Amino acid sequence: MLWEIDIYPAEGQPDLAGKRIAADAAEMGLSDRLQVRAAHGYLLAGNLAESDVKRLARELLSDQVVERAVVAPVGDPSLAQSPDGNSQLIHVLPKPGVMDPVALSAQSAIKDFRLAADGVRTFRKYWLTGLGTDKLTTLCGKLLANDAIEQVIVGPLALEERHLNSGSAYRFKLVTVPLGELDDAGLERLSREGQLYLKLDEMRAIRDHFRQLGRDPTDAELETIAQTWSEHCSHKTLAGRIRYRDERGERHFDNMLKETIFAATGTVRRQLGDDDWCVSVFRDNAGVVKFDDQHHIVFKVETHNHPSALEPYGGANTGIGGVIRDPLGTGLGARPVCNTDVFCFAPPDTPLDQLPPGVLHPKRVMKGVVAGVRDYGNRMGIPTVNGAIYFDPRYLGNPLVYCGTVGILPCDKAEKETRAGDYIVTVGGRTGRDGIHGATFSSAELTSESEKLSGGAVQIGNAITEKMLLDVILAARDRGLYDAITDCGAGGFSSAVGEMGEEIGAEVWLDRVPLKYDGLSYTEIWISEAQERMVLAVPPESWDEFSALCSAEGVEATVIGKFVPTGRLQLKYQDCQVADLAMDFLHHGRPPVVREAVYAPRPDAPRAAEATRDCTPTLLKMLGSLNVASKEWVIRQYDHEVQGGSVIKPLVGVTNDGPSDAAVVRPVLSSRRGVVVACGMNPRYGEFDTYHMAASAIDEAMRNCVAVGADPRRIAVLDNFCWGDTDRPETLGSLVRAALACHDLAVALGVPFISGKDSLNNEFRYTDDAGRRQSIAIPPSLLISAIGQVADVGRCVTMDLKEPGNLLYVVGSTRDELGGSHFHLVESLSGGQVPRVDPERAKRTFFALHSAIDAGLLRSCHDLSEGGLAMAAAEMAFAGGFGARIDLDSVPVEPAGLGAVEVLFSESNTRFLCEVKPQHAGDFESRLSGVPCARVGQVDAGERLEITAAGTTLVGGQLAALKAAWQAPLRW
Amino acid sequence: MSKVRVLVLRAPGANCDAESAFAFERAGAIAERVHVNRLLEQSGRLTEYQILCIPGGFSYGDDLGAGRILGNQIQHHLRDALHQFKAAGKLVLGICNGFQILVKSGILLDDDAAGHPAATLTNNDSGKFEDRWVHLRTASNKCVFFSGIESMYLPVAHAEGKFVPCDAAKLGHLTAGGQVVLRYAPSNGNGGDDVPYPDNPNGSAGAVAGVCDTTGRVCGLMPHPERHIDATQHPRWTRGSLPPEGDGLQVFRNAVRYFR
Repeated sequence: MLWEIDIYPAEGQPDLAGKRIAADAAEMGLSDRLQVRAAHGYLLAGNLAESDVKRLARELLSDQVVERAVVAPVGDPSLAQSPDGNSQLIHVLPKPGVMDPVALSAQSAIKDFRLAADGVRTFRKYWLTGLGTDKLTTLCGKLLANDAIEQVIVGPLALEERHLNSGSAYRFKLVTVPLGELDDAGLERLSREGQLYLKLDEMRAIRDHFRQLGRDPTDAELETIAQTWSEHCSHKTLAGRIRYRDERGERHFDNMLKETIFAATGTVRRQLGDDDWCVSVFRDNAGVVKFDDQHHIVFKVETHNHPSALEPYGGANTGIGGVIRDPLGTGLGARPVCNTDVFCFAPPDTPLDQLPPGVLHPKRVMKGVVAGVRDYGNRMGIPTVNGAIYFDPRYLGNPLVYCGTVGILPCDKAEKETRAGDYIVTVGGRTGRDGIHGATFSSAELTSESEKLSGGAVQIGNAITEKMLLDVILAARDRGLYDAITDCGAGGFSSAVGEMGEEIGAEVWLDRVPLKYDGLSYTEIWISEAQERMVLAVPPESWDEFSALCSAEGVEATVIGKFVPTGRLQLKYQDCQVADLAMDFLHHGRPPVVREAVYAPRPDAPRAAEATRDCTPTLLKMLGSLNVASKEWVIRQYDHEVQGGSVIKPLVGVTNDGPSDAAVVRPVLSSRRGVVVACGMNPRYGEFDTYHMAASAIDEAMRNCVAVGADPRRIAVLDNFCWGDTDRPETLGSLVRAALACHDLAVALGVPFISGKDSLNNEFRYTDDAGRRQSIAIPPSLLISAIGQVADVGRCVTMDLKEPGNLLYVVGSTRDELGGSHFHLVESLSGGQVPRVDPERAKRTFFALHSAIDAGLLRSCHDLSEGGLAMAAAEMAFAGGFGARIDLDSVPVEPAGLGAVEVLFSESNTRFLCEVKPQHAGDFESRLSGVPCARVGQVDAGERLEITAAGTTLVGGQLAALKAAWQAPLRW
Repeated sequence: MSKVRVLVLRAPGANCDAESAFAFERAGAIAERVHVNRLLEQSGRLTEYQILCIPGGFSYGDDLGAGRILGNQIQHHLRDALHQFKAAGKLVLGICNGFQILVKSGILLDDDAAGHPAATLTNNDSGKFEDRWVHLRTASNKCVFFSGIESMYLPVAHAEGKFVPCDAAKLGHLTAGGQVVLRYAPSNGNGGDDVPYPDNPNGSAGAVAGVCDTTGRVCGLMPHPERHIDATQHPRWTRGSLPPEGDGLQVFRNAVRYFR
């Protein structure tokens, strides 16, 4: 029997889901007369009596106080009873095989009633009125369901029990791929149609390897190589050979990353000598640095762009879930202490009719991504403390989702070593068909067909499975029950086991892997990227204790193989060998990628000097521009205080709503030592010169940390390159140029890069109405994430003005640098000079300012970035609830005579606006004596911001008006 | 004399157990984090403790409704053990998800004769999870945990914190009995029962933020006292001198002191 349980809001209770759909539909211009009655429900299969199902509905599945349940066998007329007369009935169900965590929870909770359901499926149910049938498909596609993971059923459900079984029995059959005879065309077709996404020379290398062996590869062998050689897993482009040419000449790289970013870290560590505080860089799943006598700090930032484009909720969900497993898979396992999330979207007001085929509306993408991060991060109990959102039309088909996690690791758990004889153990979630080909798919560009082609790459996470996994891993770590651990991410077991056994050899028994449902082939089991799994190397003598610990916490742990000293990767299914690869060929057989890269800096386009005038309207426009505007709507949906270590929150000030420069948390509650998290990114500067874009991003991340009190001697950074198609020499050239800046700045500032990741091929291709092939490439998007430290959190400073009468100082020098600025953005101007960094002076400035903060001389401090001095002053004033008067004439400028409007909005790097008590002025000024620094104004008890130059007022605004403009755009 | 022992209940998805245990230790107790599976195997373990704390988090992912699944497990397997625990004059504190669990297990507020629950905690009126700080006023002196406390400033962080009684009469009954112990208060400091959003962050009837049982020894609240035991947890600590201890610590002190 198949039972259906529909759950509606009870009489007089709000229908929140229904109202939300109606509002979104009106907003998207689908219908302003649409009325929606929403319900959610469950399908229960099995031998259950009506009284049992009614009891489950009453006591388990619905809330008697606020909900009303309708219970009947599927197909019963009572289920098709419209609550309000004639309206259209729509059901939305997860497609078979798509993770349905709530259904799984329901199935096990039913056991507490001493009842059993053979199968459970959740669904959503909508009754619609006031919508033309022509709009119905659009509504279903754009709002009610996502075709990548859900199916829409119009009218009553007509399902049978069998529809709940997502799997059917698998009959083993060894598949070999006839590679030997294939010519180039055949190899390319196989790479594309098999979703291997390998280049021709790589396909040739594989063919020739097996020709030598005198046999064809099995599908599992071919997939394993494709996963291991994928851009996602091997970073072959940036770690490959590159011939780079720019205006300064030509340079050859054998390994571009190694010779730029890694090399810089090496230099910094050598300069530090005995004071080197890096522990493990670019080696493990995350970078590791020293924190205190007992702990190290680990940090990793990942991207999950392509899945988020297809299914924003699931993509962001599994993005954060995936990066959390990186610290957990670092050393012997770090405990996550906070998350950071940075997104890039197209403007949320993009008209619906301007969307290319296959593209979700940016507002829906943004809401989905935020909800995905919120639900996973909050459920994990990891505070999301830092982030940023950038808007640009070029992110339309290809949004960017960066997720980062900081973890804390006991000093004696930093090293791991797989030993021959260790069991290969999978812990956590079961393996299903989800995420097949995620690693190779991320190497392909998105097209309007991607959703149909790669729906399998889309996954839904289950945070609670991962939380249980986290808890049990840390317990096992402290008992010393395993030798090594890694996360099971892109490439699934294929990558995880391949990496762990690289130096030894491994034998895997695929038929022992616990499955979500029947029907998976040995290859699907091997490459599935099902979430919430970790792979451990457990010594046989520890297995019993480890296994007992896991079952005590209800976590599944299974031995699926053994690390054996053969130097080979051997896969078995039942008694049959399905793969036998030499580790050496797998990890070193890939032909080096050779790429051309060129960069031609765009010629300076001079800009006309601005006449001194009232710039208040410009400032208001800027406050209301999307990149700058308040992100409170997003931030409040994240739990940024769980774990109890919150010191500086993302929102600060007299009414808890001002924009903090960086977040500070205490990872060890009994200690006063703090971790500082911040980021820097400015895609707009890339239009001018990606060298200065990268340099500015590093400077911004640094100054955000320093502004709240971080010690500049203890700041480390991460790079995340998201770029377009690097097969184009110009595109790769712009990336290499950014990497060169990363090298130069890291060395000059003494700031080590400790980890990084790249995501290439971020382009969206489609055919427009006129049948023309179109391509949208994202702008060069380098995210620099910084992790700082503060010895005593009691010394931290926030950006909100504190008390009338205090003095305001500008630290740092202002130049005519409005290229790529937000002033040009809101005034639709172009040209100008992009902000540069003087690293030597930047270093001195950071050190001097820190000594002043550390001496307790600052009451508030804010870095100058988008919108320059005007923006920083406005934010500090309305966040603190105090007025301020600033005179531009005394601001340090280079060269002298810079125009007032330029001084007001220039985005020159390494600048701060600081609030100092009058009695501390002398001490402050002497500590800053070696760097540009001048007193420019004062805090007052008024409610206005007044900025003048030579007696003329450039900005005069009520704090309330400035704040309202800043809060308006994203107050959803 | 020997220290007060606290059992902080771990469960799949519970995630405020460490900081809640830390707060109890700061208040002078010994706090142990014990997985619910250990109690389900051997409910007798409860007798070793004077205080049971069900911390915040997302037990079982809040699937089927916040606190529902663990609430049911308690109802089906631990009801008697908990009634003995209460009968022995001991204390039970549910914070956030712990409050939701206590309400849905029927441990906190008694069901009526027909087995209908007295109240529930459901979706915020805003329709989403929100993390924000709220002003709180104690509304009765019945509850052990709030003795001597008039007001507090604490964070809430939840999606399902709207207190809804089964009917208006029930709310009046709970209020009359002193079981409504904590209410959201207007940030402007004025009194008055009508507390608008966001001061009342979820739309709770009567601005109810916390309730206790008829004994005053079993209590649940949505705000997080464990997230404000130190000055640096306060969102505006950088603006001026605050006492080194946060408002929330007294809640844990009261619980420990009760056994002195």
